[in-house]
Amino acid sequence: MARSFSANAVQIRRPDIDRFAHSDAAAERERNQLPWPQFTVADLNFFYGNHQALKNINLIVPNRRVTAFIGPSGCGKTTLLRTFNRMNETVPNTRVEGRIRLGEHDLFSYPVTTLRRVVGMVFQKPAPFPKSIFDNVAYGLRLEHRLNKREMAEKVEQSLRRAALWDEVKDKLHQSANGISGGQQQRLCIARALAVDPEVLLLDEPCSALDPISTAKIEDLLFELKEFCTIVIVTHNMLQAARVADYVGFFLNGELIELNRAKHIFQNPDQQQTQDYITGRFG
Amino acid sequence: MGNVVISTPGMPLPSEKLFRKQTLVERLRKGDEAIHLLTMAGGWSIILITGLLVHHLWEYSRIARHQFGWHFLITSTWDPVNGLFGAWPFVYGTVVTSLLALILAIPIGLGAAIFLAELAPRSVSNALTFLIELLAAVPSVVYGLIGIFLLIPVLTAIMPAFQKFFGWLPIFSGTFYGVSYFSAAVILAIMVVPFIVSISREVLLAVPIAQREAMMALGATKWEVTWRTVVPYARQGIMGSVFLALARALGETMAVTMVIGNVAQVSTSLMAPGYTIAAVIANEFTEATGDLYLHALIELGLVLFAVTMIINALARLLMLSVRTDEVAL
Repeated sequence: MARSFSANAVQIRRPDIDRFAHSDAAAERERNQLPWPQFTVADLNFFYGNHQALKNINLIVPNRRVTAFIGPSGCGKTTLLRTFNRMNETVPNTRVEGRIRLGEHDLFSYPVTTLRRVVGMVFQKPAPFPKSIFDNVAYGLRLEHRLNKREMAEKVEQSLRRAALWDEVKDKLHQSANGISGGQQQRLCIARALAVDPEVLLLDEPCSALDPISTAKIEDLLFELKEFCTIVIVTHNMLQAARVADYVGFFLNGELIELNRAKHIFQNPDQQQTQDYITGRFG
Repeated sequence: MGNVVISTPGMPLPSEKLFRKQTLVERLRKGDEAIHLLTMAGGWSIILITGLLVHHLWEYSRIARHQFGWHFLITSTWDPVNGLFGAWPFVYGTVVTSLLALILAIPIGLGAAIFLAELAPRSVSNALTFLIELLAAVPSVVYGLIGIFLLIPVLTAIMPAFQKFFGWLPIFSGTFYGVSYFSAAVILAIMVVPFIVSISREVLLAVPIAQREAMMALGATKWEVTWRTVVPYARQGIMGSVFLALARALGETMAVTMVIGNVAQVSTSLMAPGYTIAAVIANEFTEATGDLYLHALIELGLVLFAVTMIINALARLLMLSVRTDEVAL
């Protein structure tokens, strides 16, 4: 498949993943005000048993931007997302080939628990633990950090504020997390992920189970989160991708068709398939 | 507005010919009501059985209750020849052996359940679960034989060495002759472990994958996921398995009577022989001469019923208090 390469496109045919450590390349990126790569993916193939879910993926996910992956069901976008924090390894009978870099280091050389603290994840359905709201946010902190009571309370408050949930739950921190609404639960899950100060936040269709108002709240949230966090979001909702994303990657049948600035994708995509998908002609 | 005709008199809606009262037979054939009646009968039978049980125990223990009153519970003399009956040694033996059995069985059972549900490959897990369920079906008299011919010789061999270090503790003091509270508790533990394993495994497997993934995504290790998310989530079901194990242990008759020694005495030492309620009823029922003796034995049944209820209630209260603590941090 022919993929064009334009000057401001982030996608390149095959990222030379050693290039980004090089100082000239770094200076060039500064000059062009291009974001640093958070993830650099080269020649990635992924298999569920004999089924190949990802085919030769090459892409860069830029640092502190919102990158959205769109595409029809079964196109591999969630699989790719779950490769970024190696969540796929928990699924039996899967195999991954190729290289991924997190910043300048090989993703697979991190201890997996460390990696998952750096690369947080929020799932499709809100899955709060059957504990109090406070405990939900504190859960990740208690795994590694030894915080005293006051520090813990501060960290929990900070995380809940970052997830724009503090004002709604500050009076019922010690009530069960199952008692709040679905939208609040999903923001609680975001707060829980933010509590351990991740560098990246992966969101797997975070709004698919939520009403429009809760969805809007989470979308607003993403604008604030990208100040200190790289965000990768998988979504079925193209309007959502258009609203929140700086970069959009379009996947089809396990292949990356193109990844580019959101404006470029939605106004003037390079590929005919992308054009067809975003105008609703198939998928 | 205004243009919508809802209905006019004399103009029947198509649905009206479907509207008529159904006969009883028709309603029964649809299933809802028949099932409702059948299942309700099942539900009421629980109350009926419990009621009949308590009524009969109460009624046929009449003479003993009138003769001894509350003293039946707190006196320790069991002398059928002179017509003196006190239940305390049996209550004590029942409670001590059952609780000790649980203390031994819970770590093993829960450990095995966690291994089978979380760590073992599925094929190994299924094979072992099949074995475990087979063990639950072994008749208790077989466990009693194992107790006599395997457990007691082994315990007798190792106990002197054990007592050299722990013999100073009152609960391990005295000479060990084989038959004892301790042997009974060990046999009970072996018998109830399958219950704990097989039920706990099921509830652990039923913990939603979303809970595990959420925990893993926070950077938890496999063990942290299991111990801090999966087990707490399944806690209620695990408690249920423990209750079932406890009920089994309290009521177990045959295996216990074969290894406990059947001596109506109260000893602090677990090395001493004792007796349990179920064992004494089984052993003496056929030789109970005279109404007082018979009624005393039946009153023992009533006491066992009460003990089971009280221990279950206490365990449930304990569980409730643990849960409120956790939500309140």
